[in-house]
Amino acid sequence: MNNFFNYIDRPSPVHSLTGATKLTCLVLWTFAAMTTFDTRYLGFLIVLGIIAFAVSKIRFSDIRGTLLFTMGFMMLSAIMLFIFSPEHGVEIYGTRNVICDLPGKYALTKEQLFYQLNVILKYFASMPVVILFVSTTQPSEFAASLNRIGISYRIAYSVSIALRYIPDITKEYREISKANQARGIEMDSRKISLMSRLKNAAAIIFPLIMSSMDRIEIIANAMELRRFGEKPKRTWYSARPFRAGDYICMLLCACLLGITVILIKINGSRYYNPFV
Amino acid sequence: MDNESTAVVFEDFSFKYDAQSEPTLKNINLTVRRGEKIILAGPSGCGKSTLANCINGLVPFSYKGEMTGSVRIFGRQTSEMSIAELSRYVGTVLQDSDNQFIGLTVGEDISFAMENDCVDQDTMKARALNAAGEVGVADHILYSPQELSGGQKQRVSIAGVLVDEVPILLFDEPLANLDPATGKSAMVLIEKIRREKNAAVIIIEHRLEDALYCGADRIVLMNDGRITADLPPNEMLCSSYLNINRIREPLYITALKYAGVELKPEMKVSSVREIELCGEDKAKVVRWMESVPAPEKKPERETIVSLRNVSFTYATGKKALSDVSLDIKKGEMLSLVGKNGAGKSTLAKVICGFEDSTEGSILISGRDASEMSIKERAMHIGYVMQNPNSMLSKTMIADEVAWGLIARGMSKEQASKRSEEMLKVCGLYEYRNWPVGALSYGQKKRVTIASILVYDPEMIILDEPTAGQDLGHYTEIMEFLKDVNSRGVTILMITHDMHLMLEYCERSVVLLDGRIIADDKPENILTDRDIIEKAALKETSLYELAIKCGIDDAGGFVGTFINDDRRKRGHE
Repeated sequence: MNNFFNYIDRPSPVHSLTGATKLTCLVLWTFAAMTTFDTRYLGFLIVLGIIAFAVSKIRFSDIRGTLLFTMGFMMLSAIMLFIFSPEHGVEIYGTRNVICDLPGKYALTKEQLFYQLNVILKYFASMPVVILFVSTTQPSEFAASLNRIGISYRIAYSVSIALRYIPDITKEYREISKANQARGIEMDSRKISLMSRLKNAAAIIFPLIMSSMDRIEIIANAMELRRFGEKPKRTWYSARPFRAGDYICMLLCACLLGITVILIKINGSRYYNPFV
Repeated sequence: MDNESTAVVFEDFSFKYDAQSEPTLKNINLTVRRGEKIILAGPSGCGKSTLANCINGLVPFSYKGEMTGSVRIFGRQTSEMSIAELSRYVGTVLQDSDNQFIGLTVGEDISFAMENDCVDQDTMKARALNAAGEVGVADHILYSPQELSGGQKQRVSIAGVLVDEVPILLFDEPLANLDPATGKSAMVLIEKIRREKNAAVIIIEHRLEDALYCGADRIVLMNDGRITADLPPNEMLCSSYLNINRIREPLYITALKYAGVELKPEMKVSSVREIELCGEDKAKVVRWMESVPAPEKKPERETIVSLRNVSFTYATGKKALSDVSLDIKKGEMLSLVGKNGAGKSTLAKVICGFEDSTEGSILISGRDASEMSIKERAMHIGYVMQNPNSMLSKTMIADEVAWGLIARGMSKEQASKRSEEMLKVCGLYEYRNWPVGALSYGQKKRVTIASILVYDPEMIILDEPTAGQDLGHYTEIMEFLKDVNSRGVTILMITHDMHLMLEYCERSVVLLDGRIIADDKPENILTDRDIIEKAALKETSLYELAIKCGIDDAGGFVGTFINDDRRKRGHE
């Protein structure tokens, strides 16, 4: 991964929204999806997410890497969830329909399966907006967007600068590691034990930290010499004004969160319970 | 006394950093007026950067310390202002053009100061475009820093301070990271801005000859925290101050001195184009050329690295090397030159095995390199990174040198015995138990070279061994390398430094867009207009001196200079 932002420049209605809108929508949407456990509503959000994807002209091939990574992570967390709390579904839904017994204290229940299905649906419901945000927002708009939704511009800028220098630092790490390999400092995990590999990696990280400190000092000076932090506010070269589309999208996402709240009222809890 | 045209005044000024026991600046008296251009030179650690920081306010606002005496900017004490307020008078362009590039596009970076001033977007965009036009990057306004060359990034930084219409411009080593041709155009741009804005320009630079390309009003020399000389260039070049303060004088001046020409300020010595030489002086130069004996020819030696039609394409699809064939002989000292991005570093990485060539073959000591791992190749060819700090991981010097040997399975006793021998060879034995942090840059460089030489490789490759170094460190590093070379180790250096080519290399290989366009003696390359232009080199001032003196064989003249210079320095 070269950059946190995997911006794909392919004009679409989603691209034309301002970064601040997309960030607001991201927050509202994920809140809506993460709070509810209503299967029907999660299904609706997934369909809506896929529609948004189609509109954005992002292709499946563009995001395959990210998607596979998320799937892998999801599988892992599903297994961990089952290992650590195999009866969580039973606690939530109040019934216990055993499908089959497993070794030890474990048993596979319909409730647990349904609960874990909902968890996976939540990932699928929120993932599209996250991917959409990172692939349709210009990196330079990111700090401006954070600032616009009320985060101090000093913090917003620090975050965006940190993200931006990650690729530089990875590149430097690789170079140092190659030069050390040439000196006989082995970094290949197949050839040496984890312990000595960690020791060798630490030896690279020391000079890397030193050079990053120098870099930070230079950036800080360069910013201060151009009056960063002098005033409580600043304007943004890359900021764009809100248009009708921006307001509509934000309103729509606010409604999505509203629906979550209403569903909690109707269901009496965050969960939709088909077992009673 | 101060008046409207007096931009900067230091009066009996001294400064001591809180973290240090000795003052860094001692009793400085200096005046710079509007429209004046001064070059501030001095060896590393002489205090010139601190002096610049006193003008832009980083001292005392970011770096705390004790000040006595006064610094005034247009009559006002800097200590009573703030960095932000000072930045409206003083525009600073830092040496490191990568890290001072804050915005994510050219337009955004130029506008950074305006954003902080809450300028509205339309005005901002118009002013940014205007400033971009002034430095010649208007066509690149939407580009990201990765898409720009080093010279273009520097121009963006300059535009970023021009939007403030500052009356004082401060350049910290503007030539350090540029190839010679780009450096030349940077000096032209700085001169244009000085004239148009009537700005006071202060350039910190120890590459005097290049910095003087468009002339200067004064050269100010510093050493050990004091100003040791403050003279117009013509007078400075005729004085002995440069040699005393270890600043390299322009090559043509050295050549004229070797030829026995007496230099006087009224001869306009500060520019090789304008220098006035009488018939007698020219005759002296011609006689000198005839008197220097040609060096003995070295016998032909065996090839240790051989590249045949090597090509390399990065995973991104960018072709970095195409059809490179090169033979490197045992005991050679050669340089690899060319623009940034011409493929120099890639070629070095392909030879060392950090990258695998996509086509062609590489033979190392007669063996096919494709069958050798990075580690195996390293037994034959050592690689020294540009920044010694990236290669130093251990706290003690002796441990650092022994580290690689131990990692290769040698016993601790044997490794420390071998590394002690190496430290003796490298003149570092007395420092063996010192912490690495206590060493100077030149000494650190020697430690990194020692930690490679300890495997006894036939060849070492150095990436920019002297970049950003003053004459003292340059000489220390290069004389050390010459010594290593005389023990039979082949040395390949990637460099932008034409002095290095002329003074130490017997052969130079010029790369352009991944191809070798010349492979010859440095004197022939640096007098070949076509290659100079293509590879963004700069023609040596010796070439112009030769023409001025009516010598047709400019390559031969440069060769004469090299021979005589090596002889004379060898006897020092």
